[in-house]
Amino acid sequence: MSELVLETKGLVKHFPISRGVVGKSKVGAIRAVDGVDLQLRRGETLGVVGESGCGKSTLAKLLVGLEKPSDGSIMVRGEDMVRLRGGDLRRARRHIQMVLQDPYTSLNPRMTVGDIVGEPFEIHRDVVKRGARPRAVQELLDIVGLNPDHVNRYPHQFSGGQRQRIGIARALALRPEIIVCDEPVSALDVSIQAQVINLLEALQKEFGLSYIFIAHDLSVVRHIADRVAVMYLGKIVETGPHIYERPTHPYTQALLSAVPVPDPRLRGRRNQIVLEGDVPSPANPPSGCRFRTRCWKAQKVCADREPLLHPRERSEHPSACHFAEPRHVIL
Amino acid sequence: MTDIHAEIDAIPGVDPYAPLLQVSDLHVEFRTRDGVARAVNGVNFFLRPGETLAILGESGCGKSVTAQAVMGILDTPPGYITRGEVHYRGVDLLRLPEEARRKVRANRIAMIFQDALSALNPVYSVGFQLGELFRVHRGMSRSDAKKRSIELLDQVRIPAARQRIGDYPHQFSGGMRQRVMIAMALALDPEVLIADEPTTALDVTVQAQIMGLLAELQRQRNMGLILITHDMGVVADVADRISVMYAGRIVEEAPVYDIYARPAHPYTKALLDSIPRLDMKGQQLSVIRGLPPALTDLPRGCAFHPRCAFAQDACRRDPAPPPYHIAPGRTSRCHFWNEVAGL
Repeated sequence: MSELVLETKGLVKHFPISRGVVGKSKVGAIRAVDGVDLQLRRGETLGVVGESGCGKSTLAKLLVGLEKPSDGSIMVRGEDMVRLRGGDLRRARRHIQMVLQDPYTSLNPRMTVGDIVGEPFEIHRDVVKRGARPRAVQELLDIVGLNPDHVNRYPHQFSGGQRQRIGIARALALRPEIIVCDEPVSALDVSIQAQVINLLEALQKEFGLSYIFIAHDLSVVRHIADRVAVMYLGKIVETGPHIYERPTHPYTQALLSAVPVPDPRLRGRRNQIVLEGDVPSPANPPSGCRFRTRCWKAQKVCADREPLLHPRERSEHPSACHFAEPRHVIL
Repeated sequence: MTDIHAEIDAIPGVDPYAPLLQVSDLHVEFRTRDGVARAVNGVNFFLRPGETLAILGESGCGKSVTAQAVMGILDTPPGYITRGEVHYRGVDLLRLPEEARRKVRANRIAMIFQDALSALNPVYSVGFQLGELFRVHRGMSRSDAKKRSIELLDQVRIPAARQRIGDYPHQFSGGMRQRVMIAMALALDPEVLIADEPTTALDVTVQAQIMGLLAELQRQRNMGLILITHDMGVVADVADRISVMYAGRIVEEAPVYDIYARPAHPYTKALLDSIPRLDMKGQQLSVIRGLPPALTDLPRGCAFHPRCAFAQDACRRDPAPPPYHIAPGRTSRCHFWNEVAGL
């Protein structure tokens, strides 16, 4: 197995809820990320899936340092990003970059493509010498399949798929080891999605990149990820390389069974699990297992004792369920 | 309460035995500063009671504009219907006098949208917006309208409907808001429901709930459903027939089983091939090269030819390929459909 490039331990992010304008008082907290341990190895892709509000985007922001965790550690190349400051932090951040979801709002409309892709060099001045920067930018555009002569164009002159390529070029500029992709293809049409996914996979092979690939589209994640972590209300409930084939957590099973399969012959034969109700508020999650309020297997023990994420008798990979057992879901 | 349905049936030309909805040769263009964008270029389809027709296509293919034209909510200007007919039970809605047309559309055809938060009015309670339909279109009293609204919210399975009737749209979750919008669409018992990407903004588990609810309501009411979507998974789950749109034209139409088993247009085939599948893991996904054409400057001949692996000289010449009838209920606008389908 290749070496570990990223490891988080007990990562927590609580957003305070305050009341009153004068003399604000803290009345609670949104527990967006509530104790996440994950590992990422060189050249590996870890898929993170879950529904809106499960904390996957907050997790992404924590990893790249756009949010400060309330607790926990993020180890990149043996250094804890949470505790680094100043120049040390800036240098460490080079190793972990991000590709954002919306290629329309994540690129400054007043900057040329050359300036957008070259901006990382302005911040990290010692990476590429000033004179060599235009050349480096053109190389980056070439790598992601854009015409290097288009450096002086503006984002609006490109299509959605091309803009996402610009975002990828920007993320590659500092030659990171890790790229956090937060819903990188969700805003794109199916035919364009495939192009971007192929590009990400080719870049991974070429540069030995490790990806954290966050998405709500489970078939895209299945295609690209080596391992998958399923999040629910701020926690990972199940993780492993065979989540799709042998899901053992009831939430994973429900999530997978809800994915529409592009094959009409399977209609009505998939015994779909339709969950009742909505996800509870992350400000006030249920005691014990957070999924128990919507779970068909819930017993008293689920309210009393929180199931930890570890391998179980009937689950070879870690699964946070007292009653974890595999169930075949047609995909 | 006057019987609105008797009134509609009395409109000259309305024939209860005529096809439910038939759209023929519909053309829509947008006149903009940058030129005329031909968004819809001769669309034909029909809808029977109780069936689900999916209109499948990517952004900018004209699927939503088609729906807006049928529904009469096209923004004019810049959008203009330049040609075509929209027949409801034998009368052409585009040529019906304004008042009669509004009556038909209000009572017989309804629409739901992708984004319920912007489709609902944020400053009125859900109960007021629902009740308004009954008061304006059915002349009900406030208390009767409220009673009907609660019944409807119950039908779309909003928990504690009686307590939530005074709540505002922002107080509902995304899935619940979509239910409210479905309730509003169904309030006047339409025969046709047009759903424009109804679950695109929702999570998969909520999507499953909403699609299940729509199917159930459709069955109960024998309603015709036009599902506008880009999601080939959802289509496979619920549609009876599919029309695939590209650059303002329906390039292929077919019963759902046939199209997935054996697509007969290169665009449909390429779309199906670009979905990540289990047996494709670790391999490159097949892609459609290039980009969709600009609607202000459509290619000659078949609009798909610059991206097509099957294209020959005939495809680059006008006129565009006609809809070839290849089987009962199946057409393909490709000169080489038999090659594409492997027939």
